This record gives sequence, C-alpha cells and structure tokens, in this order.
Amino acid sequence: MRGIGKNRKRRADLLLIGALVLLACALLLWQGLSRRPGTRAVVYVDGQAVASYPLDVPTRVRLETEDGSSFNVLVIEDGRADVVDAGCPDRLCVRMHSIRRTGESIICLPNRTEIRIEGGEPEVDLG
Amino acid sequence: MKTRKLTTLALLTTAAMILSYLETLLPSVAIPGVKMGLANIAVIFALYRLGPREAMAISLVRVGMVSLLFGSLSALFYSVAGAVLSLGVMALLKKTGTFSEAGVSVAGGVGHNLGQILMAMLILDTPRLIYYLPVLILTGVGGGILTGLTAALLIRRIPPFEE
Repeated sequence: MRGIGKNRKRRADLLLIGALVLLACALLLWQGLSRRPGTRAVVYVDGQAVASYPLDVPTRVRLETEDGSSFNVLVIEDGRADVVDAGCPDRLCVRMHSIRRTGESIICLPNRTEIRIEGGEPEVDLG
Repeated sequence: MKTRKLTTLALLTTAAMILSYLETLLPSVAIPGVKMGLANIAVIFALYRLGPREAMAISLVRVGMVSLLFGSLSALFYSVAGAVLSLGVMALLKKTGTFSEAGVSVAGGVGHNLGQILMAMLILDTPRLIYYLPVLILTGVGGGILTGLTAALLIRRIPPFEE
C-alpha cells in the first residue's frame, strides 16, 4: 500500500482529477439541457419568498434588508434579472452574471437574500 | 521539544494566514467568490510533516484568525465547514497511500468547496445552491493541483525540523 511507486501514484492522481472533471462536466451538461428561460424573478430572504417580479416587465427595485442596514438593487431588463448595486461588504452578488433561466439564482450571503428565476418548464427539482 | 513544536505550529499557522491575506489581494478570476486556497499549501505541508491533528489545528486557527482580521462572523461558519471537510478527506486519502500530494490536495480542494456549500445550504435553507456544485468541483480541482504541487516541492526541499 504505502510503498507503491511514484508513477502509480501519478496515475492515481490523474484518474482522480479526470473523474472529478468528468463528473463536473456531466453535471453542467445536464443543468444546461434541462433549463429553460424562466418567467419571473422571485426574491427569497432566509429561504422565504418575499417578492416576485415578472421577467417581461422592465423593473428597477431596491430591496432593503429587514433591519434596514443593507440593500440589493434588482434590475429586470430584456428578460434577465441582475443585481446592480448592494450594501453588503463583499458585493459578490453585484459581480455575478445576470440570470434568465429557470433555476438560476443570484445569491447575497451577507444579506441572506437569494434572487431565483422560476416558471418556464420543465423545472429541475434539485431539492 | 515542546517549545520547538509550539514554534513550528505557530510558524506554519502564520504562513497559512499570510497566504490567506495574499489571496485577498489577488482579484478572484472569472468566478466571484472563488479562491485558489493558497493557505492549503501550509496545511498540506503540516499534514505530511507533522500529522493530521497538527494540520487540523493549524487550519482551524488560521480560519478563526483570518475571519477575525479580514472577514465576517458569517463567513466563519462556511470556512470552518470547508476546512474540516477538506482536511478530513485529505487525511483519509493520504492514509491510503494511493495518491501523491497533488491528488490529496485536489480532493482537499473539492472537499473544501463542498463543505462550504453544504454549510451555506444549511444556513440559508436553500438546497438549490447545489447548482454551483459543478463549478465548485472544477475550481477545487484547479486550486488543488496548484497548491498540491507547490506543497510537494516544499515538503521535499525544506530540510526536516530537528526534534
């Protein structure tokens, strides 16, 4: 076990890397094939749906957190939802790409907020 | 001997913290929030040179200190979950003797990302975060190769510590 050669170890490494990359690609492919453009952007706070906006109506809305200390600005345009401004420290949600397909989401961990695209079938159930 | 070990642990913890800090200076390429896990270089080094318990101590102290200094409390939960799962996987794979440092590190990188996302799913009650899994696997593999090869070099080149 412990004493096996360098080459065998290298082969085991490559097998592990290959298997992981293959798994990731298969998952990506499956996700891509099973997603359709959605019909609405739903805002979740702490896992609870708090608001919903149709994707075919251009909208700009400022979502305040419950205690008012932070916010996310959601913009809907051309059937896509995007977060363009936020009061959270890392602002990763602002840097995420805009979303339009069912199941895609923009997540702001500091504000415990998630914007998720819904509607449009078939929807993948990953729950 | 005890003082020597304490000093070694402190030294490696400091190295891990500095690597974490360096990483905050680098722009995260392409995918927001994705990091290479440079601190893992010090943790893998500790895993091979000192052992799993020492590596876990270094990893956890690093996570705690970095959260205090540069991060937030909420980030601490994700980081701890990532660190524990990562080191658990690495210690197991190292024990099998099948993989080199690079393979062990790749598994650790993926384990780290998996731990973080599982904790986020739990805290945010959002199972759909699993959508990020493919991307997190790929970045875990990439970061793992980089840190694993670097750690392997250091493990070979840095002379043994005197006991």
